[in-house]
Amino acid sequence: MKPVPFDYYAPRTVEEAARLLAEAAGGAAVLAGGQTLLPLLNLRMSQPLVLVDITRIPELKGIREAEGGLWVGAATTQNELLESPLTARLLPALARAVRHVGHHATRNRGTVGGSIALGEPAAELPATAVALGAEVETYSPRGRRRIPAREFYLAPYATVLEGDELVTGIRFPPWPAEHRPLFAELARRPGDFALVGVVGALAVAEGRVERAGLAWFAMGPTPVVARRAETLLQGAALADWDPAAVVEAALADTAPFDDHHASGEYRRAVGGRLLARALEEALGRREAA
Amino acid sequence: MSEHQIHLRINGLSWSGAVEARQSLADFLRERAGCTGVHLGCEHGVCGACTVVVDGRAVRSCLMLAVQAGGSEVVTAEGLAAPDGTLHPVQQALLEEHGLQCGFCTPGIVTTLAALTAPGRTPSEEELLAALSGNLCRCTGYQGIRRAVRRLARAVREVAS
Repeated sequence: MKPVPFDYYAPRTVEEAARLLAEAAGGAAVLAGGQTLLPLLNLRMSQPLVLVDITRIPELKGIREAEGGLWVGAATTQNELLESPLTARLLPALARAVRHVGHHATRNRGTVGGSIALGEPAAELPATAVALGAEVETYSPRGRRRIPAREFYLAPYATVLEGDELVTGIRFPPWPAEHRPLFAELARRPGDFALVGVVGALAVAEGRVERAGLAWFAMGPTPVVARRAETLLQGAALADWDPAAVVEAALADTAPFDDHHASGEYRRAVGGRLLARALEEALGRREAA
Repeated sequence: MSEHQIHLRINGLSWSGAVEARQSLADFLRERAGCTGVHLGCEHGVCGACTVVVDGRAVRSCLMLAVQAGGSEVVTAEGLAAPDGTLHPVQQALLEEHGLQCGFCTPGIVTTLAALTAPGRTPSEEELLAALSGNLCRCTGYQGIRRAVRRLARAVREVAS
């Protein structure tokens, strides 16, 4: 249970970090909070030659209001995000989601960027970034990019990031102050990965849904955008929306998998109930005709 | 394989020296600093036994490299009681409520609770219990630990009010 020997670097700038990654030509791993990487190193499932610790790069730290939305530095810890009054005020769905990431002690080290870059299909933060329409900011020697979270994930643990490209921050767009957050997940115990979960936000004005963002986690190989449900919700009148149709549309976009925790069928059944309940909580019960 | 010079404080005492890059904070604390109260269970972040306090926050010392703790203030279970042996309120609560049996998981539980109930913090009973969801205990059945948590949550509120 000891990692293989490696060289460790703690650069102070993203330029230096990207240069170290490029020099190692695939032999390097990026170390942020280490709450996923260190277990893999201890179990020798990962055997890098070089570790590039990005937690001492000042540019990657912090939580700020930016462009009306929220900017979160990649090396910001999950508990820093959870404790920030900005999170609760601007994006309550994000505040609710991050509370479910790992355990208190792992959130003290685990970073927001690490969770986003890892792309665990059952993780809360990638799905939240996807649902709320966030962009992933990156740096590589070829320049900086802003990648929509909806285009970031390719497969389990696979993203569009290149080998020498670093996540520098996550940029959440503004949601109106009165928007309705939505979050629900089922896990066997607090801190376990979700068996199924759903997260999103609904902007409501004059009795209608103006804008809807909705995504599933643990319901497919990547975070799954509930596109058909978003379309149905868009413009729907609060007095006359059809919860069953929205849930059915949302499930139509999923590809739930079987594993030793739950069957795909179970995930669909429970996911549908979770979403129905979360929608009702967010929009209020539809009046009986 | 790189070696790194680090300086840190462990239970109030300065430590300086070279560490191998791959050495975990847990192994460093046990083997180099003599803090064998840091118990290593699973070594992949599941059991919580190796939890220590780094710069005021509870962290898994098996999921942090020693080199990453450079410049930090580290507190282990050994650093909680007063020099005269007076137990830390968390230790006292666990003692009085029978919150431990074999004691293997206990250092991780006391450090987690000590960080969360540090002066100025007023966590609720629910918050403390949620934090302890990351600490496995195979003996007690958790009921004594829960009673200790209830007592602590009451105590921090009384101090705060």
